[in-house]
Amino acid sequence: MSERKLPPVTEVGMASLALIVAGGIYLSAHLPQHVSLGPAVALLAASALLMVVNLASLARVQGFAWNRFFEVARWSLLAYVVTAGMIEYVFVHNHLSGGPLVVLTLSLVVFAVHVPMLIGFTVARYYEPVECPGAGEFAGAPSTSNGADAVAAAGGAHSS
Amino acid sequence: MPGRELAALAEGSRRSFLVVGPNALKHLPSWGRRDNVPLAMSVAAQAPSAPPQEAPHGPVPVPDFEVVPRKGLILVGIAAVAVIAGIASNKLWPLDFLHVAGGAAWTIIDLFLGLVLGPIMGRLSIPARIEFTTKLMPKMVLIMPTVVTMTLAAGWQLGIETGNVYSYAPNHGWVVASYIVVGVMAVIALGLLEPANIAVLIELKKPRPKPEVIERLMKRFMYSAGILGAMQIATLVIMTKIASG
Repeated sequence: MSERKLPPVTEVGMASLALIVAGGIYLSAHLPQHVSLGPAVALLAASALLMVVNLASLARVQGFAWNRFFEVARWSLLAYVVTAGMIEYVFVHNHLSGGPLVVLTLSLVVFAVHVPMLIGFTVARYYEPVECPGAGEFAGAPSTSNGADAVAAAGGAHSS
Repeated sequence: MPGRELAALAEGSRRSFLVVGPNALKHLPSWGRRDNVPLAMSVAAQAPSAPPQEAPHGPVPVPDFEVVPRKGLILVGIAAVAVIAGIASNKLWPLDFLHVAGGAAWTIIDLFLGLVLGPIMGRLSIPARIEFTTKLMPKMVLIMPTVVTMTLAAGWQLGIETGNVYSYAPNHGWVVASYIVVGVMAVIALGLLEPANIAVLIELKKPRPKPEVIERLMKRFMYSAGILGAMQIATLVIMTKIASG
């Protein structure tokens, strides 16, 4: 299989998700007491930073199948915005307000953006540039003989 | 196809075929091999009457499928409305029902997939694996996020109603332990399992799906499901402890 060198998007994404999960656990574990938002804000900021780093490192990859990435990520985004919306509804329904609501809402934003990004990345990383319609700008991307054989291994296997 | 070996797979009464390049063969640890025997050798043992040179050309058939089954979205919508209605009602029974039903489905699916179906899939032939994957995985795309959202949203509201989520509750330590277990599971499911699920389906939709990519993604999916299955045992311990007071 031709394996392009790609940044550790999945690993960084999982670390980012772990940080917002930790922030959520910190806040919910102390209910209904009033707790300092500092740790939760720090975890959220670190998570958001990792997301930005992830997006930036992925944006620098040459020959990445961006059209496939966006095609998958936008539908995933729709699904995860709906999920995040339901969670937000629970927060508002339970009269959560002020700082905790802001922190948890921003955590949901990171969640709703980062998960679709991971899905889009996992799909697009296995696309050779030539497999993407309109991917002429990637024509110079390297392709190894193993990659060619791997394609041959499927031997015209096809779906619809 | 000059320079290529042609290998034929005999699978029950049906015959499927795979064109294999010599280099590709090296990269097919189990998807392209059977019982650690390279595909061509395995084929020779299974179908001695069909010499590779004379076998007809043809692809491994990939059944038609939808990555996201549209009809299933109706059921997802019904579940989402039920969760919102249950939370809005603030009544114990609907919340309990949604949490227990969703949690049971989540736990059983994870355990069954990781500990039963996973090992079985590993021993299936390539065509059988492809057919099984195209039937199972699109359903998983809808089922898992739905049951997880249903369980967690209804569970949180149930905890508010019963007071279990508050720090003064007698079982609060167990509840926090459940947050941690669910948090770890969420990171694995969202970061590894769900992307692998979608990616394997989209790979199978390609005109020429790559066996090694499918192999890699399916391994990732099954290992993730196995870990989640094992963690579900911890969830069962915690939840039964909380329920029994």
